[in-house]
Amino acid sequence: MIRFVLRRLLGTIPLLAAILVASFFFMRMAPGGPFDDERSLDPQVRANLEARYGLDRGLPEQLWLYVAGLSRGDLGPSFKYSGWTVREILSQALPVSLTLGMVALLLAMVTGIPLGVIGALYHRRWPDLVATGLSLFGICVPNFVLGPLLILVFVFGLHLLPLGGWGSLSQLILPAITLGAVRAAYIARLARAGTLEVVDLDFVRTARAKGLAERRVLLRHTLRLALLPVVTYLGPATASILVGSVVVEKIFAIPGLGTFFVNAALNRDYTLAMGTVLLYSTLLISLNILVDILHHLLDPRQELG
Amino acid sequence: MPSSLHRPWFSDPPSMRGSVRLRWMVLAVLLLAGCGFDEEPADFRFLNPEPETIDPGRVSGQAGGRIASALFEGLCVRRHPDLQAIPAVAETIETTPDGRVWTFHLRDTVWSDGRPLSSEDFRFAWTRLLAPKTAARYANLLFAVKGARAFNRGEFTDPSRLGLRCPDPRTFVVELEHPVPYFLDLCAFYSLLPVPKHVVEAHPDLWIRPEFIVSNGPFVLDQWLLHRRIRMRRNPRYWNADAVTLEIVDAIAGDHANTNFNRYASGGLDWVDSDGVPAALVDRLSRRPDWHTAPYLSTYFYRFNLRRPPFDDRRVRQAFYFAVDAQSICTNVLRGGQLVAHSLVPPGLPGYQEVHLEGYDPDRARRLLAEAGYPDGEGLPKIELLFNTSESHRQIAEVLQQQWREILGARVELRNMEWKVFQATVQRGDYQIARGGWIGDYLDPSTFLDIWESGSGNNRTGFRSSVYDSLLQEAATTVDPAERMRQLHQLESIVTVQECIILPIYTYVVTNLYDASKWEGLEPTLLNTLHLGQLRRRSMEGER
Repeated sequence: MIRFVLRRLLGTIPLLAAILVASFFFMRMAPGGPFDDERSLDPQVRANLEARYGLDRGLPEQLWLYVAGLSRGDLGPSFKYSGWTVREILSQALPVSLTLGMVALLLAMVTGIPLGVIGALYHRRWPDLVATGLSLFGICVPNFVLGPLLILVFVFGLHLLPLGGWGSLSQLILPAITLGAVRAAYIARLARAGTLEVVDLDFVRTARAKGLAERRVLLRHTLRLALLPVVTYLGPATASILVGSVVVEKIFAIPGLGTFFVNAALNRDYTLAMGTVLLYSTLLISLNILVDILHHLLDPRQELG
Repeated sequence: MPSSLHRPWFSDPPSMRGSVRLRWMVLAVLLLAGCGFDEEPADFRFLNPEPETIDPGRVSGQAGGRIASALFEGLCVRRHPDLQAIPAVAETIETTPDGRVWTFHLRDTVWSDGRPLSSEDFRFAWTRLLAPKTAARYANLLFAVKGARAFNRGEFTDPSRLGLRCPDPRTFVVELEHPVPYFLDLCAFYSLLPVPKHVVEAHPDLWIRPEFIVSNGPFVLDQWLLHRRIRMRRNPRYWNADAVTLEIVDAIAGDHANTNFNRYASGGLDWVDSDGVPAALVDRLSRRPDWHTAPYLSTYFYRFNLRRPPFDDRRVRQAFYFAVDAQSICTNVLRGGQLVAHSLVPPGLPGYQEVHLEGYDPDRARRLLAEAGYPDGEGLPKIELLFNTSESHRQIAEVLQQQWREILGARVELRNMEWKVFQATVQRGDYQIARGGWIGDYLDPSTFLDIWESGSGNNRTGFRSSVYDSLLQEAATTVDPAERMRQLHQLESIVTVQECIILPIYTYVVTNLYDASKWEGLEPTLLNTLHLGQLRRRSMEGER
């Protein structure tokens, strides 16, 4: 187990290095630079700025300086937000995205799993139809429709919740629902399918035969295997929630990573874009490793490889 | 063999209940980490995109300028709403008859940490703006100061050789190379605000952070949350603090018009500008009492590329100009009260009579095109019209495409590019006709006319004229204001009527949404500025 984790961690180093080099050159290859604007800079001012950010050096040297900085934990200064370092920006934005993402994911599991299990237990009866219908709705309605709909009802209709921003619990509710809905729907479908597959297996029958309460059979035996597909899905779901929250962040004015990621690319904020890409990659890679470990813990038949 | 499968069911640890509790605790901690508790409400909340910086020496846009102007106060301030520069930190101002030497006598004022503000702080701030190391984008605003250009170029490093002197802590003397008639207006511009020397020297990069910053204006910086909120509090040590009525002011970030408008409509913002007005709602919102517009010192135009046929021929440029019905664009496409541009310099500048272009004239357009050798568009190469990606730019481009086809028989293709690519392409001169826009920085026509100097980075049309350049130089050194304005008028007429290097479409309007029964001092201004120190709430009648 420990060897597996170590091996995977070591494997991430060349992967991250490749991502770093690729994104460095892709950013520089994109036409237009950080200082191109409606208002041209005085050539002298431009030269001063380029010197300040090290753009007057050759590309290999810039890359080398970036890597050297990175090894000291320094992600460089932001090109656009000149008073801030990339590290400071990311450390303000990451907790926001993580909180939103985790709450959305929890919400998705708390609603999705029961919905799916109920559907399976009442297979082809009305609770199943309702659950399946709900999850179909969740999958079909994109977040840029669901978000405004929720705003219309809860903000402008019922005056229950504030719109957007960040700073209080009430501001978290609508974006978390919007972000979590699709995942809840997927989870419900996976949980339903998984449960249906497992309920008739021998070990479940054995559990019943030895006189366990139905509740215990379900919680300790059936679900353990039935939820494997859900666990598998959690990796990509977390990833997509973290990376794909841009739209939701926009609709609800949330100062998360997505906003910075998109703006950094558009502004040619080289350092901030690189920093965000590296952070996202690190998150995704670690999540994948985590999912593999979880998989093994839930179903030891799965080899760690 | 993994043990967990064979562990007897009864040996399961009784952890169900515990793990549920643990999960809730994790959730609670997460929530607390990410969100604070609701805080003190602000007296006034306005929409302001996340500024690049709030350091006066480095600010280069409106978002940062608004914050800097609320935190710091310069030698002069612009009076709301006519924007006339009036003495502020300077109590009295003297100038020599040739307009080259300005002497500012400062008030007895202090920074927000109690340290006296001295003329040395101004000299420090202006020297810093000019120093190559600062890489200030607006360094050129001070290029009229003696020695400034050479100092900025790094030709000498001794700041005492600049035309900035401090004979005593309350006197600041500025020596210019040539008179600048709008110099006092510049003194109210955010780039020329004073900065606290003692703090900047102690924390060169971090001094603008709430934990370090010290300011001398109506407000002090309380909190800066990126892409979220900048909170400012009234500065009790501001010399005119009695006139400031707001205790807490929040600048709320947001870059999506629909979201910004929703926040305004649901009571989360007291004021938004056009960034909070979704294009689709203009028709409905413009009939509401909280809709306020005013002319903006900004022009929307198209550039012709004079380096490429067919637009190297003035007659072709004029033909394309006369074939455009800008009125129909304003009334049918924009619909937000924008005015047809009859000039490059927007109307409203004190003492200046702008050019009046005649505008739409299809017959004349056809005649000019025929004279240039393309009767009914015959032989005219395919034209590519370039704009940066945006729905409203596309709509305007489509109208132009149609009008040019119908009137001139021209085949026009539309091409759009993402912002940065667009800017780099136009800068390179790789276009035929390209969208452009210009916002004036200060209240003088030269802010629109300097850009067409040969080789200026903002010119981008390939227009080169020694006549234009020498007249521009002449206007820069003319002392008599009326004569200077005549020269500027002549310059404007060269780039529009005579040479037609650009095609003005409309003058932007400042669009603000706010409740006028509640706020006094919010009337939109020519520069879309906010004067938070002069803003007050009307009597409690209009209370929420």
